[in-house]
Formats: sequence, structure tokens, C-alpha cells
Amino acid sequence: MDIFLQQIINGLTLGTVYAIVALGYTMVYGIIQLINFAHGEVVMIGAMVAYTVIVALVGAGTPLPPLAIVLIGALAAIPVCMAVGFTLERVAYRPLRRAPRLAPLITAIGLSIILQHLAMIIWSRNPLPYPQIVEVVSYHVTGNPDGATITNVQIAIIGISVAMMVALLTLVYRTKLGIAMRATAQNQPVAGLMGIDINRVIAITFVIGAALGAVAGVMVGTYYGVAHYQMGFLLGLKAFSAAVLGGIGNLGGAMLGGLLLGLIEALGAGYVGDLTNLCNLASWSEALAKRCETDPNVVLFGSNYQDVFAFLVLILVLVFRPSGLLGERVADRA
Amino acid sequence: MTEKTLKSYMDTRSNPALAWIGLAIIGVALAALPLLLAGFVGTAWVRITNIAILFVFLALGLNIVVGFAGLLDLGYIAFYAVGAYVYALLASPHFNIHLPFWIILPIGAAVACLFGVLLGAPTLKLRGDYLAIVTLGFGEIVRIFLNNLSQPVNITNGPQGVTLIDPFRIGTLSFRDTETFAGLAFSGPIKYYYLLLLVLIVVIVINLRLQNSRIGRAWEAIREDEVAARAMGINTRNMKLLAFAMGASFGGIAGGMFSAMQGFISPESFILVESIMVLSMVVLGGMGNIWGVILGALLLSFAPEVLRYTVEPVQQALFGRMLVEPEVIRMLLFGFALVLMMLFRPAGLLPSATRKRELEAATNGARP
Repeated sequence: MDIFLQQIINGLTLGTVYAIVALGYTMVYGIIQLINFAHGEVVMIGAMVAYTVIVALVGAGTPLPPLAIVLIGALAAIPVCMAVGFTLERVAYRPLRRAPRLAPLITAIGLSIILQHLAMIIWSRNPLPYPQIVEVVSYHVTGNPDGATITNVQIAIIGISVAMMVALLTLVYRTKLGIAMRATAQNQPVAGLMGIDINRVIAITFVIGAALGAVAGVMVGTYYGVAHYQMGFLLGLKAFSAAVLGGIGNLGGAMLGGLLLGLIEALGAGYVGDLTNLCNLASWSEALAKRCETDPNVVLFGSNYQDVFAFLVLILVLVFRPSGLLGERVADRA
Repeated sequence: MTEKTLKSYMDTRSNPALAWIGLAIIGVALAALPLLLAGFVGTAWVRITNIAILFVFLALGLNIVVGFAGLLDLGYIAFYAVGAYVYALLASPHFNIHLPFWIILPIGAAVACLFGVLLGAPTLKLRGDYLAIVTLGFGEIVRIFLNNLSQPVNITNGPQGVTLIDPFRIGTLSFRDTETFAGLAFSGPIKYYYLLLLVLIVVIVINLRLQNSRIGRAWEAIREDEVAARAMGINTRNMKLLAFAMGASFGGIAGGMFSAMQGFISPESFILVESIMVLSMVVLGGMGNIWGVILGALLLSFAPEVLRYTVEPVQQALFGRMLVEPEVIRMLLFGFALVLMMLFRPAGLLPSATRKRELEAATNGARP
């Protein structure tokens, strides 16, 4: 039971990060029906910039509390990522807004490769160890002294993510800019006729998504303790799966999808080994029973298949409910 | 040379003499190429040429899916991997099975084809960009499985890969040994070159015939407007499945030949970057145009090799040390090829006529 609870806590932490990245995908998709394939790379750049700033501050021996240093790192990463997001939209997506659908997707893939390798040239080919300046404190969730724990880093990640989601929802549903964004998403020409500067709104959407991505990058770096120039690819793909799971284009859907995917991954990786252990079926066959005596773990799929879950979820959702959990049915060609 | 005179070299009907002379010159040039390469710049370049021809196969296979039928497949390398592993497992000491290649290559093509249908059947309802992401996920799943299927029963030998794969053998003639014929030394790579060239010609002919067939025109119709195509009585689902299956089997055959030529394969050779590389070739050359795709594949296969031999000395001369590795420049080249082509010449270097028209209509047309 405690292991189960622990997996839930880990899954929730991972899930909120996925949700934040997924918001970036879903906002862009909602407004211009484009998969911003390079969004994962924006997250990676956020983690890298914050890494540089944190290492510099720690190296200079600044007498600041560790949390403040991480915060400064994040604050430095946000404008850089915003600039990257803005440039991406301006250079690669805006000229292709009326081209066939595949064109912007192909440029997005190209940009993703370019950003990855530029990051590799600037930083390093090797994984960069995030300085472990925040002292990790574990709190017991239950009375059991060996039971499930939650760390202060996990609490901070979940807290910051929730705060950002609330802020985003307020922005989209309570401000004038939010109205403009929703109007543009619904019908661009009509929104234009109502006096909305569509190009500006779309650029702002990219920039907001990139800012969220920057924070997510810093959180991933701090949580796992490494940053790598290829980290954005898998993270981006998983976050995209989360967005699709929730219903792409739907903000609440991205949040729900992210949390669910985090839980699925944590529980899946935690239990798939036990579930597919052939020794459970040892009574069925003598050869198997013999093998299990020497090695009790004849596991068909171990936790090294963790990354498969996100793709399986993606494929299953797209096949059985392409509109996602919270999405509305959209026509074949939007 | 103007386009018209160039065309008269290809036109066997109205200009037979000129066309046959042109063909003969091309044939002699292609036949002499490996001997010249081996003689003047080394056997390494014959090997590079062979790999380039394999990439032409792959690009032509992907062109069926992306160029003809308009389905963006980002996991194409998975089929290449399937073909390569089928060959490796059936012709190596790993399972101690040594079947001859003319039995394995069709099996490899069939298994790859099966995987193509497996991937296609549930996903073909999806709209283009979703399909792209799902195929990408599929490619990754195949790679993860290749990496991990060494437990509990060792099938793929995990990240270490399969070694000591048999070369092609016809009777006692092995494609790995060097043979001397009429005073000329024919090394392994040179023999593979001739085999690849032969297969390449067959593949090109199949592609050309396919493009102008009933099937090819059906694919084109689906690419242009799926709803209209269905209204014209085309079974769009079967046609798309067929595109996936055919593209996949080309990939499978190329994979088998890759296995035999290299003698060693591991999951490392089948990463996402390879899929994107093949896609760049198709996009650069011109989606849907067979000659364009061949040009794109040759350009992007040779450019990195040329870079490898020039980048290092140039950087040494300019900065006194190596700043950017050729591998990175290669990747940047692919990235920029994709972006710049889409922005400035979306139909490719040698655009297909219909594709060009379609793209022009889309960019000049009224707001949707």
C-alpha cells in the first residue's frame, strides 16, 4: 500500500510537469491548429539557461538562500525561452500559416533539430549535473516510519505548477487578452474584423507557452538533477501525448491529461514488472517452474519499458477517442 | 543544356538514337564508377556510395507514403530496422540459422509489410499531423523493444546488437571476398555496388510504373482531397494501407541489404534522427517526384561525407582547433534543409508538377 502511495506521489509530481508542458502545446494548437513540434526544445533551453545561471551564482559564492538562486535561474530562463518562442513563430510558422498542414510540421521538425544541436554546441554533448543546492527534506505522508514520503522539492513543483495553471486560467477566462485569444481560436477572420490584432495574439500565445515551458524545464532539471540537450524530445512527446489524452486545444484537458499520464507512467513502471512476471504462472508449466526456482524474476516487460506507456496511451486515445477526454468532436479537416 | 535537349536524351520514342546514346553513356559511367572510386580515392568511397544507394531506396520507399499518398510518416526507419533484424536473425550465429539471402529478403519485406499494415490499420483515420506523431511514437516503440528484447528470452541481443551476419552468397561466390577478373580487382563493396545498382534500377522502374498506374493516381487523388477521392469511388482506406505496406516493404528490403553489407547491426542504427534524415531527403528533392527524391537522397548522403573531410582541416586552419564536429554540422544541415526548403521552395529542388500547382494554389488562394 505504501509503495502504491509513493508511486501516486511520484506520478503526481511528474504529471504536473507534463501538464505545464502540455499547456504550451495545447494553447498553440487551440489557436492555430498547429503542433509546435519544437516546444520540447524550448523546455530544454529553459533548463539549460537556468543551469548556467545557477552554476554561475553558486560558483560566485552568492550569500543567497538556495531557493532564491533557483528562482533567479528560472527568472533568467523565462525571457530567453520567450524570445525563442517568439522567434520560432515569426520565422518558421507565420510565413506558412496558409500553406498545407504538413509544411509547418516539417519546419517544426527542422527547427527542433537545429535548436537541439545549437544547444549542444553552446552547452555540452554530455548530461549537465544540476547543482544540488536545495536540501531535500522528506516528509512522511502516513504514520508508518518506513512508509511513503513526499519531498520539499515535490511539494514545490506541485505548488508552483498549480499556481501557474490558476494564473493561466485567469488570464484566458478573465482578461481582455484572454477574450482576444479565445476569439482568435474560434474564428480568425471574424476576430480580425472585431479589431483584434491576430498576429499579435498568436505571437503572445507562443510566448506564454514558452514561458510555461521554461519553468517546466527548470523544475525537471531540479527534480532529476540533470539537463541534457536531448531531454526536450521525449519530454515534449510525452507532454504532447498528455495534451491529446486530455483533448488537444482544451486547457483543462491538458492539465487532466498531464496528471493522468504522470500517474499511468509511475504506476505502470512500478507494477508492469510484477504483472508480467512469468513466475506467477509457474504452476502452468514445469520448465517455467524450474527456471523460476533459480531466478524468481522471469519478467516479460520490466520498468525499462516505461517510455512505451506514453506512446501506447497516445495511440490508444487517437484510435478510440481522437477528441480526447475533454475535447469536443472536431471535423476531419478543421 | 536546356530542358528540351535534356528531355530529348530521355525520349526513346521520338528520338531513339539520341536516347540510346544517352542511356549507354549513363550505363558505362555507372558501371565504371566504383572501379574509378576505388582506384583514385579509396574503397571507403565505394562503401559511402553503397550507403547512399541504400538511402535512395529508403527515400523512394518513404516517397510512396509521404510524396504519393501524402501521409507524413516519422517512424519510417522502424521498417528498415525490422528488415535488418529479420536478416540478421536468420543469417547469423545468433540463432545459428544461415538461410540464403534470396529467401530472407522476401521474408524481411513481408514482415516489414506486416508491420506497416499493423501501424496503418488503426491510425489511417487520423488527420495528417496526428498521424505524424503516432508514427513517430511507433518508431520509438520498435527501437525500445529492440533494445530490451534480450530478456527473458534473448531475441535481439539488446543494445549489443547482432554480429557476424552472413554476407550475400550466390553458390560459392561470397560478396565479402575480393576477386580478380580480367585484371581488375573486385572487392566486396564493389560487388555490393553492382548488386545495389541492379536492385536500384528495378526499384526505380517499379516506382515509375506505380506513379502512373491506377494505384498511383488514386494515391495522388487522396493526397489532394480525400473526400473527393472517396466520392470518385476510391477505397481510400485500402489505398492508404497499400501505400503504408509498399513503403514498408521497400524499407524492409533496404534493411536486409544493410544488415548483409555491414555484418553488424544494433538498435543505435535505427534512431529517430535516421527517420528525419530520410524525410529531409524526400523534402529536399521534391515530394512526389522520383528523380527529385533520388537527387535529394544522393545530396544528403554525400554532403556529410564531404563535410567530414573538409570541416576539420578548415577549422584547424581558421581557429587552430576543432570547434564544431562534422556530425553536428551534418545535423544542422538536415535541420536547415527542412526549414529553408519549406519556407522558400516548398515543392523541393525538382518539384513534381502537381505538387507545385497544389502548393501555389494554397499560398495564393483566398483565406480558408
